[in-house]
Amino acid sequence: MTAKLSLRGVRKRFGDLEVCKGIDLDVGEGEMVCLIGASGSGKSTLLRCMNLLEPIDDGTIWLDGTDISEPGLDPQPVRQKIGIVFQSFNLFPHMTAAENVMLAPRRVRGLSRDTLRPRVTQLFARFGLEDRMDYYPDQLSGGQQQRVAIIRALAMEPEIMLFDEITSALDPELVGEVLDVLRDLRQQGMTMVLATHEMGFARELADKVCFLDAGRILEQGPPETLFAAPREARTKAFLSRVL
Amino acid sequence: MADTSSQNRAAELLAKTPTRREAYEADVRRRSNRIALISTVSVVLAIIVLVPLAPGWEAVQRAFFNGRVFAATFPGLLDAFLLNVMIFAWSAPLIALTGLAIALCRDARAPALFPVRLFGIAYTDVFRGLPVVLVIYIIGFGVPGLGLPRPWNSPYIWGTLALVLVYSAYVAEVIRSGIDSIHQSQRSAAASLGLSDRDIMRFVVLPQAIRNVVPANMNLFIALQKDVALLSFIGPVEVFRQAGVYKSLYANFTPYVGAALIFLVLTVPATRYADYLMNKQNRARS
Ligand SMILES: Nc1ncnc2c1ncn2[C@@H]1O[C@H](COP(=O)(O)OP(=O)(O)OP(=O)(O)O)[C@@H](O)[C@H]1O
Ligand SMILES: [Mg+2]
Repeated sequence: MTAKLSLRGVRKRFGDLEVCKGIDLDVGEGEMVCLIGASGSGKSTLLRCMNLLEPIDDGTIWLDGTDISEPGLDPQPVRQKIGIVFQSFNLFPHMTAAENVMLAPRRVRGLSRDTLRPRVTQLFARFGLEDRMDYYPDQLSGGQQQRVAIIRALAMEPEIMLFDEITSALDPELVGEVLDVLRDLRQQGMTMVLATHEMGFARELADKVCFLDAGRILEQGPPETLFAAPREARTKAFLSRVL
Repeated sequence: MADTSSQNRAAELLAKTPTRREAYEADVRRRSNRIALISTVSVVLAIIVLVPLAPGWEAVQRAFFNGRVFAATFPGLLDAFLLNVMIFAWSAPLIALTGLAIALCRDARAPALFPVRLFGIAYTDVFRGLPVVLVIYIIGFGVPGLGLPRPWNSPYIWGTLALVLVYSAYVAEVIRSGIDSIHQSQRSAAASLGLSDRDIMRFVVLPQAIRNVVPANMNLFIALQKDVALLSFIGPVEVFRQAGVYKSLYANFTPYVGAALIFLVLTVPATRYADYLMNKQNRARS
C-alpha cells in the first residue's frame, strides 16, 4: 500500500537557518496525523511545504505516487488538492463569509455564484453558520471565523486538509466548536495533518503522532504508545511540560 | 408590569447621571473650550484692529480687497473655474488608471517582465523628480512645436498629458505602498486555495490596498486641483489666467483674491475630509 502523501528527506532552510532537516513522513488515505513539538520546531513550515506554499530545498514529496516537489512544477493544481487552515484564520476582510468561500471555486473552477450558492449554503449549515453567510469577518467571533476558514478550504473539495494550530488563537470557550468540526471531518474520512497543542485531542483522534524537535521528527507512533511510553528523553521532557 | 417599567426608568436615569470622572472631564473640557475661544477672539481682534493701523494698509486694501472690483469680476472667475473643474474631471480618472497600471508594473515579479518593472521604476523616479510646471512647459510647448495638425496641437491634450504623467507617478507610489501594506498571510491564504497570482492581486490584494490608500490619494487629487492652474502657462484661460486678465483690465489685484477664495472653498473641506478619513483609519489600525 502506498501512502496518500509521502515525504522523504525533506529539507527547508530560511537563509542560514535550516528549519526542516530531512523529514520522512507517510500519511495514509483517511488518516489523521498530528505534529507536536515546541514552538519553533518547524511544524508550520513543514505543513506549508506540504502544499507547496514554501518550495523545499531538497528531498521529495509524493502525492498519490506523483512527485509534486519537482522544482519548477506549477503548484496551483497541487494546492487545490491539499487545503490548509491557518492559526490566524486569514479570511479576506473585504469579503463576506460567503464571498470568501466562493472566491476560489469561482475563479479556479469557473463556477458561477448561482451554481455555488446551494452547495455553499449546505456547507455553512453543516457547520452551524447558515445565518452568518453574509457577515463580514470582523462581525464574526474567532470560532466562527475559523469555521468559515475551514469551509473556505473545504469548498475546493481537497483530498487532504492541513491544519496549523487552528485553535491556539481562540478563547478557550471557542476551542470546542472548532474541534467538533475536526471530529466531523475525521468521521467523513478526510485525510488530515494537524500541527496542534491540543494533546487531549491528538490522543483521542490521531492515528499517528509525530514529535518534531529542531527540524527533525524525533519520534513517531500511535498516540497510545507515544504519549504513554515515549522512547526519547526529549519527547519525555516535552510531554511532561505540556501534559 | 408598571413596577418593572418604573424600575427601568430608574435604571435609565441612573445610567445618565455622570460618574465623578465624567463630571470632572466635562468640566475640564468646558474650561479648555473657553480658553480656546477667548484666545482665538483676541487674536482675530488684534488682526482686525492692528493691521489697518499699518501705514500701507489703505493702499493694500484698495489693491487687494476692492469690493467693487470683486463684485464685477467674481462671476467671470467662477465661469473660468468651470474650465479647471473640467480639466480636473478628465485628468483624474486618467491619472488613477495610469497610476494603477504603473504600480502593477513595479510589482511585476516574473523575470520575463523585468523590462516592465524597470519601466515602472524609471517612470516613477523621473516624473516624481521633476517640477510639474517644467513638465507642462516641455510637453506643452515641445510637442505642438512639431507642427502637428489640429486638434493635435491643442494645449488641452498636452497639458493634460503632462498632469497625467506627473500625478500618476505619485499615485503609483501611493498604491504600491498600499500593496506592500497587505500582509503576506493574505497572499498565502489565497495561494493555498489554488488562485493564480493574477487573481490573488486582483481579488485579494488590490481591493484592500486601494481602500487603505484612499486618504493619501485624496491628498494627491487636492494638489492636482490646484496644479490645474499651471496649465494656464501654455494657453487655457482658466481661473488663474482669467484673474490675470481682470487684473490688467481693472489695474487691481482683487481678482486674485477672488480666485484664491474659489480654490479654498473647494480644497479646505476636501482636505478636512481626507484628514478625517486618515485619522479614522489610524484609529482602526491601532
Ligand atoms: N518565512 C520565514 N523566514 C525566515 N524564518 C522563518 C520563516 N518562517 C519560519 N521561520 C523560522 O523557522 C523556524 C520554525 O518556524 P515554524 O513556524 O515552522 O515553527 P512552529 O513549530 O510552527 O512554531 P510555533 O509552535 O510557534 O508555531 C522558526 O525559528 C522561525 O523563526
Ligand atoms: Mg507554527
